[in-house]
Amino acid sequence: MHVDALIAPLLNGSAQGALLLLAALGLSLTFGQMGVINMAHGEFLMIGAFAAYLVQQVIVASGLSIPVALPVAFGVAGLFGLLLEVTIIQRMYRRPLDTLLVTVGVGLILQQAALQIFPSQGVPVEKPAWLDGQLNILGYEWPLRQLFTILLAAVCVAALSAWLKHTSFGRRIRATVQNRDLAETSGISTRTVDRLTFFTGSGLAGVAGVAASLIGGTNSQMGAQYIIPAFLVVAAGGIGQLKGTIIAAWAVGVALSYFAYWTTGSLAQVLAFILVIVFLQLRPQGLFTVRTRSLA
Amino acid sequence: MSTTSKRMRTLVATGAIGTTMALMLAGCGARAGDETAAGGASPAASCVDTSGSTVKLGFLNSLTGGMAISEKTVSNVLHMAADEINAGGGILGKKIEYVQEDGATDWPTFAEKTEKLLTQDCVAAIFGGWTSSSRKAVKPVVEKHNGLFFYPVQYEGLESSPNIYYTGATTNQQIIPAMDFLAAQGVKRLFLAGSDYVFPRTANAIIKLYAAKLGIEIVGEEYVPLDKDDWTSQVAKIVAAKPDFIFNTINGSSNVGFIKAYYDAGLTAATTPIISVSIAEEEAPAMGHEVTGQYASWNYFQSLKTPTNPKFIENWKKYPNSSGVTSDPMEAAYISMYLYKALVEAAGSFDVAKVNAAAKTNTITFDAPEGKVTLDGDNHHISKPGHIGKINATNQFDIVWASDKVIEPDPYLEGYDWFPADIRKQLTDAAG
Repeated sequence: MHVDALIAPLLNGSAQGALLLLAALGLSLTFGQMGVINMAHGEFLMIGAFAAYLVQQVIVASGLSIPVALPVAFGVAGLFGLLLEVTIIQRMYRRPLDTLLVTVGVGLILQQAALQIFPSQGVPVEKPAWLDGQLNILGYEWPLRQLFTILLAAVCVAALSAWLKHTSFGRRIRATVQNRDLAETSGISTRTVDRLTFFTGSGLAGVAGVAASLIGGTNSQMGAQYIIPAFLVVAAGGIGQLKGTIIAAWAVGVALSYFAYWTTGSLAQVLAFILVIVFLQLRPQGLFTVRTRSLA
Repeated sequence: MSTTSKRMRTLVATGAIGTTMALMLAGCGARAGDETAAGGASPAASCVDTSGSTVKLGFLNSLTGGMAISEKTVSNVLHMAADEINAGGGILGKKIEYVQEDGATDWPTFAEKTEKLLTQDCVAAIFGGWTSSSRKAVKPVVEKHNGLFFYPVQYEGLESSPNIYYTGATTNQQIIPAMDFLAAQGVKRLFLAGSDYVFPRTANAIIKLYAAKLGIEIVGEEYVPLDKDDWTSQVAKIVAAKPDFIFNTINGSSNVGFIKAYYDAGLTAATTPIISVSIAEEEAPAMGHEVTGQYASWNYFQSLKTPTNPKFIENWKKYPNSSGVTSDPMEAAYISMYLYKALVEAAGSFDVAKVNAAAKTNTITFDAPEGKVTLDGDNHHISKPGHIGKINATNQFDIVWASDKVIEPDPYLEGYDWFPADIRKQLTDAAG
């Protein structure tokens, strides 16, 4: 076996894991920190991808449009998330199953809206020219676009953890998660914290959408393929644990890629998720655990 | 700790329920055709009433769910064809009154709606469907009630029914011409990439047999589930296999991911071209410039110069909610409506038995936008010209190859000596 037959799945899998991580990062906030099961998270990802398309209609040069699209997608998807939180989800805290059903419905409405607004077959999002080309790593020509996905995920993780650790707002989020009543008694507006957490989590889905638009199709159905893997990754990582989510996403991505290399694309999906399910059977609390008093 | 772990279990269990539901839905879809198989039940008496000045027809397309991205257009063009026929005086002097139903990308729903259209709306014929799963869900129901179903999409063949007319290509009208084209190009090493369901699996089984006959080596074969866009791992295998052409039977949005991964890996139309059987004028724009220069095998292209094509394109562009471009599946749907009109007029009746008898005793033709097509009254498929197009910068296709003459439909590939009877039986059984 050539060395590139071993290295290719590792690199490709790391990029696949990075995309999964981007999709799961927002959930690790809304599901992990707040305990809200938001099944419309995949559609927020879709909103981010369509935002990238719209930005490209204004800024034609794709070299510039993708960097601009990232914050725009974050803001737009975040606002949709905020709207959902204020109108629906805040009435359903502590009712996870109701939230699940309602957000499945919201997801379907958003899908159908996208189908009505945009061409039904989807829209093109052009890759920036600076992502053309490959990097030779031990004989394997690794697509630069994959390196971009990994760097984007790394930047998002770094920014999120710095925000949670070092800003007063991050401290308020952590305080609310650890002990909601005590946080409130200390003068923290937990409502504001909830809203901002939901905005950020949904916004991160938008960023994931931009990355996804460079990998697959941008259409009304795109969110569906990410939602269940993303939930599994957050659950396997240990709810409320950023580092667990990172490790789980990377492990699933690499496992998927090696399985796909050795077997077939379809079997790889089955095998990778059997692994996750077996892992959750053995360790239902996930990789890492933390005591929380979050809403669920 | 106890509250925490209880919460974990609830959350994990909820996730598992969601996953299980998704799996169950997928499973039901696959099995629906088998479970509702009608067997030899005698047809119920028809409730179709054509004594008035109108005739009721049913349109059954997924207007919601994943397949809506393709089927909405078919629904629209059926409406256009019906409007055109009504403007011209209708069928046997009766105006078409259509009942639109939503198959909702759910195969049991297709079966239920077929039942409803035939027994409650009492339509004389149903038009629609896209996926083979939807057709296989409709088939036992139209057979049980002795209705008529017109199916407009190219498919894997190996099927015929007295109650279904197929106006899209069967394999010898799309797959085999594509292979003839590749052989003419001097292709020696071919890679097969497909979505994981019945059409690509059957098509590739046929391709492998024909490739052996043509002296083309198959250097790899990869499948990815229909709902997955990421082709990165499989494209790495394609790069390693060094094919000189790729035969693409991927369907839907997964095609976009395939083209992106292919382009990311440094493959281009100049070095490793792709020939596709599911990328048409409707799909190409969603792939941007990365699909330029690739090939597709169809019977109809918008760029075809035939007597009736300009009018068809013009009418479609003017039609409300039109996508602005014409493509093979929508043209086949357009044909299906006119073919039905020709059949009924030859039979002088809307009665199913009389329509089927007319199909056998008359030569039913239609000057379609793809050229003149003729119905085969025995297998209920139509003759079609084969064309290969190359995608240009405006996402239209330049015709680079055409079959010498129209290709007669041969759904069971009985006229091809390289297709052994045992494999025919095996594939027919596997397709259900």
